[in-house]
Amino acid sequence: MENKKTVVLITPSAMVSKGLEDILDESGEFKVEECFRDISRPVEARLGTLDPDVVIIDPSVLDFRSRKDGRSRLADICDSIVIALGGPGLTDEVLRQYDGSISIYDSREDIIRKTRSSVEAKQSETSVSDSGELSAREKEILVCVAKGMLNKEIADKLCLSIYTVITHRKNITRKTGIKTVAGLTVYALLNNLIDMSSVQ
Amino acid sequence: MRLSDMLDMNYNLVQVISRVGIELKHSGLRVVDACAFAGIDPATFILISNVFSFPGYSPSPSEVASADIRDIIRYLHGSHTYYTGIALKNLESSFDLLVKPCDNNQKKVILKFFEDYKAELEKHFAREEETVFPYVESLLAGNHPEGYSISDFEEHHEDVDQKMEDMRNIVMKYLPDVCDEETKMWVLLSIYRLRDDLRRHTYVEDNILVPAVRNLENDGK
Ligand SMILES: [Fe+2]
Ligand SMILES: [Fe+2]
Repeated sequence: MENKKTVVLITPSAMVSKGLEDILDESGEFKVEECFRDISRPVEARLGTLDPDVVIIDPSVLDFRSRKDGRSRLADICDSIVIALGGPGLTDEVLRQYDGSISIYDSREDIIRKTRSSVEAKQSETSVSDSGELSAREKEILVCVAKGMLNKEIADKLCLSIYTVITHRKNITRKTGIKTVAGLTVYALLNNLIDMSSVQ
Repeated sequence: MRLSDMLDMNYNLVQVISRVGIELKHSGLRVVDACAFAGIDPATFILISNVFSFPGYSPSPSEVASADIRDIIRYLHGSHTYYTGIALKNLESSFDLLVKPCDNNQKKVILKFFEDYKAELEKHFAREEETVFPYVESLLAGNHPEGYSISDFEEHHEDVDQKMEDMRNIVMKYLPDVCDEETKMWVLLSIYRLRDDLRRHTYVEDNILVPAVRNLENDGK
């Protein structure tokens, strides 16, 4: 068990699920903990408890309208690396939101390799960002927060989903250690992200 | 056990003894005798001291039930007086010193954050002093005032911890480089002290005062 990355599979296809589970488990690098057919409330709750290293999800389980937001919805539930299980009809725009993608037509080796590289890419990304440096997007959102804007207003202004805004805000708090609006405002002002006149 | 033995075990208790009205010159007495001088119930004093000394300490229902509510209030009131009259004032002057080398804008930003938080805390304490404590006093006097219960306090008891944590983070990591490292360290230590102190204080309010007063409310029915 030690050092194996834990995986949760979410796909409506029992066949795909079983196949992936075998491939991942046999690799010795991954351990599939649980498989789900859809993403209902109880599944969301279970995901939060399991907090797996990796979630492999068929984006079609997220109904079409929210598919684009699927990734950020998951980000609210757990900190997992999320890999899209690609099939026909998945646009690049959707795939870009994920930390990686695999196709049901990939070979056994490719599935392992792609999953592994998504994990590695994400890990190096977070270790860099954990240094506390905010990304450009995060700074943009921080400025909005400091100006007193609500999540909904920020989402509208930057054309983001509200979930994405929440995820960014969580990351801002994680990186800076600051939670309250008043505290974030001080941070923004001291770092010259915003000037006095635009507050209040 | 002598009071001085307790202080030897945890010198932070000097704050508790002054808040419940025990004088330091009585430290050489046995705990029960020192308590008698101050007119405080020894069991309640020990209960408060335990909560203050051991962050994981959770009092049993019987400990709560036998606590003297007047003494709990006396301690809480003494703490409020200490926070507003001493701790926050000291912290304020340390902040003034800390931001001295900063430019005017930075000064304004940092001091405003502190002043706002200070005002928020003072309001928090004032609300307890003006609403909750008088309510408990009248319960103790045998009246049951209409339209208020300890559950109202419990429900609306605000968290004062979060901003304190933000303050700690800002002082620790985000102050302009011109700030003096030594002053920063002292301010940081005061923040940690006050933070821990406030956490225990809130714990006493939520986990001793509230259930004890609830018992009292039910007795009256
Ligand atoms: Fe209080
Ligand atoms: Fe309080």
